Amino acid sequence: MKPMKILIYILLIGAGFSFLYPFYWMILASLTPENQLGDLTLLPLKITFDNYLLMFSKIPILRSLLNSTIVATSSTFGVIVFGSMIGYALAKTRFKGRNLLFFIIVFTMTLPFQITLIPNYILMVKFRWVDTFAALIIPALNSAFAIIMFRQVFKAIPDDLIDAARMDGCGELRIIFQVIWPNIIPTIITVGIISFMNSWNDVLWPLIVIRDEKLMTMPQLVTLFAVGGRSDNQLGVKLASAVLLALPIIITYSIFQKHFIRSMVSSGTKG
Amino acid sequence: MKTRPKKSFLSYFLVSPYLVHLLLFVSFPVIFSVVLTFHKWNIISEMQYVGLENYIRIFHDRLFWKALVNTLTFLAIHIPLQIFIALLLAYFLDQKIFLKGFFRATFFLPVVISGVVVTMVWQQLYGYDSGLINTLLVAIGLDKVEWLTNKNIAMISIAIMATWKNVGLYVILFLVGLQSVPQRYYEAADVEGANQWQKFRHITLPAINPTIFMVTILSTIGGFNLFIEPYIMTGGGPLNTTLSAMLYIYKQAFEYYHMGYSATLGILFAMLIMIVVVIQKYTIEKEN
Repeated sequence: MKPMKILIYILLIGAGFSFLYPFYWMILASLTPENQLGDLTLLPLKITFDNYLLMFSKIPILRSLLNSTIVATSSTFGVIVFGSMIGYALAKTRFKGRNLLFFIIVFTMTLPFQITLIPNYILMVKFRWVDTFAALIIPALNSAFAIIMFRQVFKAIPDDLIDAARMDGCGELRIIFQVIWPNIIPTIITVGIISFMNSWNDVLWPLIVIRDEKLMTMPQLVTLFAVGGRSDNQLGVKLASAVLLALPIIITYSIFQKHFIRSMVSSGTKG
Repeated sequence: MKTRPKKSFLSYFLVSPYLVHLLLFVSFPVIFSVVLTFHKWNIISEMQYVGLENYIRIFHDRLFWKALVNTLTFLAIHIPLQIFIALLLAYFLDQKIFLKGFFRATFFLPVVISGVVVTMVWQQLYGYDSGLINTLLVAIGLDKVEWLTNKNIAMISIAIMATWKNVGLYVILFLVGLQSVPQRYYEAADVEGANQWQKFRHITLPAINPTIFMVTILSTIGGFNLFIEPYIMTGGGPLNTTLSAMLYIYKQAFEYYHMGYSATLGILFAMLIMIVVVIQKYTIEKEN
């Protein structure tokens, strides 16, 4: 093997280690007694679940896991269903203002959210949606990115397929959801992963509209636990909450990593 | 054909969910945001018209300018670092490498994990007394570094962490770019007797120029939104050196309830983002 190749392997392995080790250390530290944390490097010293038990007694973390799941699933469902409807209308039907609407959708993608953040919060206050899931789910039901993705894939669906379905007496909604959907599973997966991840990992908006601990999403609860005084600055306990926050994504990612990478790359290049 | 009028009605029905969304959560907020900039309001009491006071206040608000400079400092460190490391790792992965898929998946792992988790873990890695990085530095005979408590270093530390978190995505983007370079160019260069660096400099780099610009724009937009990292790690300290513009806007609105002023900052900051991105896009189109 050439020396150049060896150097590349050394650097790649070093990089790989640096990307994995922090997560490994986090899991290990969450299982280590508080007073031994300082000596922890590579191997476990003494395994204990005390940190987890203490964390469960301090914050409603399982409740927040359920909240995050409800919020992320509902908004993802909305993004896929509405995104398909609007993408279909833009790609396969003609109506006045179609091009203008598409232009507006593309434009909203370039609009920084800093403009709408404060007024949207005020809207939530006026609707009395603060401290309800409505504030987390309803503004997240539509996504310009999803609409653009669906429009693009619908454009590639042959008109013959749609005409044939109409001939058979299918309504437009049945055409979208029963005739076309089975043909565009990869796009649905991509949009689903992106929208689920966005919702699952968002923390700024929940911090703004949710104050009631029972309704908090998981990243929000963990954030407030990390910066607030409730953890009594016990590192192991904080890290236990971080592990629970990361675990669902780590597990899903290890199984579907190819889908994750493909989806995030397509959202990066089109976004 | 006979169903045409009905079809047009149907189209409007199909797009109606988005129209409602557009009116409620985009159009109204944009307009209301402008209205807010001329008012003073803490949400609870009546809105009070103050003319241009919010705009004038920005000019005297040293902390906002500091936050803006901090954000730009972050971008100035983060973007070049990100491009350099992503390109380097992508270049390695583009060689004939054993376990290529494993490395790619590993580099990508922090991209999918919540920034909250990443920040909490790095806060420990950066610890002064027992943090892993300082332990390693001491082990090889160097001095400890005040990663998060030194006012000249804290923002660099956050930029390094942000690079670590996002670089995996850009490795993949660069890898796609590298793989699109036709193999025969390299073969021709081999015939000419070019070395590895010359091939990189004269064939690879020009070919992946579009990717470099795309990565720059994506990390610029992401970097302007810097919020949760300083929020958890430093709270904006030490001496407000990691206070990002987004964190400052958040604090103005949700800690001090200065809704009018915060909306003014939000609009101004958003305009700055759009100007920077438009300039970047314009430069790209000129280059290509």
